[in-house]
Amino acid sequence: MTEKATVWEVFIQSKNGLAHKHVGNVHAADKIMALENARELYTRRNEGSCIWVVKSSEIVSSESEDSEAFFDPSNDKMYRHPTFYSMPDGAKHI
Amino acid sequence: MKDLYIYTLRIADCSLILGQRMCEWCSKGPTLEEDIALSNIGLDLFGQANGFYEYASKINGDKSADELAFKRNEREFFNFQISEQKNEHFGTTMVRNFLRDAFKYLFYTELKSSKDETLAALASKSIKEVKYHLRHSTNWVIRLGDGTNESNIKVQKSLDFLWQFTGEFFEMDEVDEKMLKKGIGVDNKRLKSEWDKIVNDTIDKAKLKKPKDGYMATGSKKGIHTEHLGLLLAEMQYLPRAYPDAKW
Repeated sequence: MTEKATVWEVFIQSKNGLAHKHVGNVHAADKIMALENARELYTRRNEGSCIWVVKSSEIVSSESEDSEAFFDPSNDKMYRHPTFYSMPDGAKHI
Repeated sequence: MKDLYIYTLRIADCSLILGQRMCEWCSKGPTLEEDIALSNIGLDLFGQANGFYEYASKINGDKSADELAFKRNEREFFNFQISEQKNEHFGTTMVRNFLRDAFKYLFYTELKSSKDETLAALASKSIKEVKYHLRHSTNWVIRLGDGTNESNIKVQKSLDFLWQFTGEFFEMDEVDEKMLKKGIGVDNKRLKSEWDKIVNDTIDKAKLKKPKDGYMATGSKKGIHTEHLGLLLAEMQYLPRAYPDAKW
């Protein structure tokens, strides 16, 4: 372990089948330590059934200055929302 | 009954004393994350100790679990001497815990099939925590042993010093023998080969050298301890002794 501690993002799955949710980050020098630190910090109160850790530097993020170009064009495209269909009564979770 | 009481008390003492040592790390851990990990381990150990004390108190009846923890003197404690050894630097703490965790993991695994249902249940509960503690301490021993030149030298020194306290794990006195005969207790001697396997494997991965078996400390089954236990108890027991029956 010559490498210094870096920041890792932590994702917790609260129940089998649900999506992993970002909960915060930890410092760690390697992936084993990252997983164990995440377990210590974020699952003390029965929060999880699975943990993912990802090096923060490995995450590719859009930049805030690009937000107009990225997101504004969808503002006026109402037809992309499926609001023109009448939903059957039985379908609740859409 | 007396034997079962002593047997249970020994297990409880071992967890309590190491738990107290782990809590000494609180706010002094090398990183925020590790600080919480060390305190978590301490709290796990207190939980385990409490379970075994409650049972000991039920068997004997004249002392409550709290009294067993806070109103006994040094010579009345039966924890392994390794549990009371000082934290020193982080590497020493991890080597100490690793040697002990490896034994406790095997011990609780066996105790799970004890004919005494309460001990078996307490062991089943403890084993999950101990498995994690072993994983945590093993990874640190490997990380530090196979780390920088300095970290290797430091943990090798810790290992060389603490080795003398590992002989106690495998001792069998008359209480142990009686409990084993009744199908309640564990055959500590039989755990040696498995323990060696875990320890050799980790020492190899950590690029450390296994110390030779030389002088081995002994005596905790009779309440004989190193000079560190008295000071630890003085700190741990101060409040309940100075203010008897104090409540939160």
